[in-house]
Amino acid sequence: MLKSVILIGGDRKGTRFRPLSLDFRKPLFPIGGLPIIEHHIQACTELKELQEILIIGSYNSSEMKSFLDEVQAKYSINIRYLQEFVELGTAGGLYHFRDQIRRGNPEAFFVLNGDVCADFPLRQLYEFHKSKPKALVSILSTEADRTESVNYGCLVTNKVTGEVTHYVEKPNSYVSPLINCGVYVLSTDIFPVIANVFYSRGENGDWNGNGIKDEGHIQLEQEILQPLAGTEKLYTITLNMKWSQVKNAASAIYANRQALELQRKHYPERFTYKTNCTIIDNVFIHPTAQIDDTAVIGPNVSIGKNVVIGPGVRIRESIILDYSTVDSHTLIIHSIIGRNSKIGKWARIEGTQVDPDPNKPFAKIKNLPLFNQNGKLNPSTAIIGNGCTVSSEIILLNTIILPSKELTRSFKNEIIL
Amino acid sequence: MATEKCQMRALILVGGYGTRLRPLTLSRPKPLVEFANKPILLHQIEALKEAGVTEVILAVSYRADEMEKELKHETEKLGVNLIFSHETEPLGTAGPLALAKDILLTSSEPFYVLNSDVICDFPFQELEKFHRNHGKEGTIVVTKVEEPSKYGVVLYNNDGCIESFIEKPQEFVSNKINAGLYILNPSVLSRIQLKPTSIEKEVFPYMSSDKQLYAFELNGFWMDIGQPKDFLTGMCLYLNSLKHRDPSQLYEGEGIVGNVLVDPSAKIGKGCRIGPNVTIGPDCVIEDGVCIKRCTLLKGAIIKSHSWLSSCIIGWRCIVGRWVRLEGITVLGEDVIVKDEVFVNGGQVLPHKSITESVPEPSIIM
Repeated sequence: MLKSVILIGGDRKGTRFRPLSLDFRKPLFPIGGLPIIEHHIQACTELKELQEILIIGSYNSSEMKSFLDEVQAKYSINIRYLQEFVELGTAGGLYHFRDQIRRGNPEAFFVLNGDVCADFPLRQLYEFHKSKPKALVSILSTEADRTESVNYGCLVTNKVTGEVTHYVEKPNSYVSPLINCGVYVLSTDIFPVIANVFYSRGENGDWNGNGIKDEGHIQLEQEILQPLAGTEKLYTITLNMKWSQVKNAASAIYANRQALELQRKHYPERFTYKTNCTIIDNVFIHPTAQIDDTAVIGPNVSIGKNVVIGPGVRIRESIILDYSTVDSHTLIIHSIIGRNSKIGKWARIEGTQVDPDPNKPFAKIKNLPLFNQNGKLNPSTAIIGNGCTVSSEIILLNTIILPSKELTRSFKNEIIL
Repeated sequence: MATEKCQMRALILVGGYGTRLRPLTLSRPKPLVEFANKPILLHQIEALKEAGVTEVILAVSYRADEMEKELKHETEKLGVNLIFSHETEPLGTAGPLALAKDILLTSSEPFYVLNSDVICDFPFQELEKFHRNHGKEGTIVVTKVEEPSKYGVVLYNNDGCIESFIEKPQEFVSNKINAGLYILNPSVLSRIQLKPTSIEKEVFPYMSSDKQLYAFELNGFWMDIGQPKDFLTGMCLYLNSLKHRDPSQLYEGEGIVGNVLVDPSAKIGKGCRIGPNVTIGPDCVIEDGVCIKRCTLLKGAIIKSHSWLSSCIIGWRCIVGRWVRLEGITVLGEDVIVKDEVFVNGGQVLPHKSITESVPEPSIIM
């Protein structure tokens, strides 16, 4: 029997995802027409021996309830949400809920970071882990561009055995092109290792010097994986695959594109349409959305529940969230339109594409800061917050609009509070 | 009126390259650029003909052949004799009068002088009457402007006798400026030498100190349409004037808002919103669901579905793709192609270019 843990963090995390996370819990933000972590759940249900999914985070359980009800009904697998009352970090949460994880004696359990978007190769990862009898943890890794690798956890390996001989989280200088994908399989024997960290810390009292974090706060990467490297207990399987993390809005657009491609491959039945509009693949349209036959949608567009798209509308590389309406002849490119927004006629909402460098074979999407060194907004995905009204004929170029704004004139490269 | 009129003449200062109206003037001499579906020069020649002018002298310094070829046919229809006076070097605003002296002196009647960039409800007959009434050497048409500090203002007494000219006044002294339209007696020619000379600075001040120059106040609109921004403003004013003078010339139909002028050969699709203040030239095609405001589309331009255009001049035979947005005094030269979904703000696009990427800030596209 196997289990899976999805780590979703809490309110303090995902601030880079604002203003979208002001009304959406980031793990529930729809990518490719499904909440981000539903992709994780889908991947878990592909393994017959996987019997339970535990979602660990510090969001209030009431905020997760409707999602849990939905996925419980949809998938024949036990899915539970375990709420941390303080943020415990990536290993602290596992340790806190160790009994829940160990119950039923699973042979091993997966740990999936909630912001990862990939075609989770869980079967391959598990078979690899089984083949390494001494392994406590096996990490899924992928190759990154040399200069970009320093933004991730970097692994140095023994190419023959797959053992991780050195691990460092976000190094200052180049260490290795292999990066941690945030997807692991762990043996339950990991808990005594975490316990050692937990107890050794208690002896030192004010361990982190500022007392902000709970003493049960343990980081899997720095406090567990790093010391395990070179002890023949940490292994990695390196796969070349499309992989990204959803950190900010630009990465949501990129992840949406990847997710649509994967969904299309694995679940083609989700890609049937009631509308006769022109579709340029890949496009997800929720069955309740109404799209005029003269609209042209795609590529890489997700359209949510009850959205209404008028005649002659053009949308590409965008996410349109539930209950929004887009009136005639409007163009939307590289944008995210929040729930309940109303966009007028002949409007233009345009963001700037932020993509991995196509000339670098292992490049990943960069999570650029909001502002550049000159204090100007870095051109990126345009975001219209929930409940905004955009007048006809205006242009919003690279703008970030906070929720409930009424926009009657054009804006360029601005954040509208 | 049954009064026997003498044959009158006019000299139009066409002048140089019209660089301010580039990129349009890279394809056609400025006087031939269509303003409200008619070459700028023809607006003036038709008004002059109406006032009894039978001979028009065009003071040109380049591309005379092209203008002659294009205009001869039109002026013959009107029964106006067109004479080209070719400057070998630019002679300013007065020099061309001296160059055409021999022609102008064959009659003792006063003659009109026009700057070729000026558009208004030309009041030539009233101007002539006013001029003959005061009996002095010359009359300048003056017009009221909002910001006189950018121009030279004209000061005159209640009778219209001009007292002085003040170039770009710092403090407000008057809001009346020289409108670039004059009627002059042939005697004025004795004040001008054949060399580069400014009529405003080197001729008129002397005439006014001799009390020989009067001001005639223009009613209605006036605009110097020598640059794109003013070309569009002038078009708005012209269409508004047309609405009062001859509303039957304006186009009406579904989706038409305000004053819109459409050549009968142009085609407009379904679900469009055109206007206010739009001119659509011959053979233009506007596909379905297009929105156009405050624009001039020159002959043969094609605007594809769902595009939005505001404050633009679209050159001859341009093709604007679908979901394109053009704004901010964008001027497309002849035969420019704008690809689908592109945004151009304040672009000055040279002829025969293809634009595949957005131009969000004003720039010149070579």
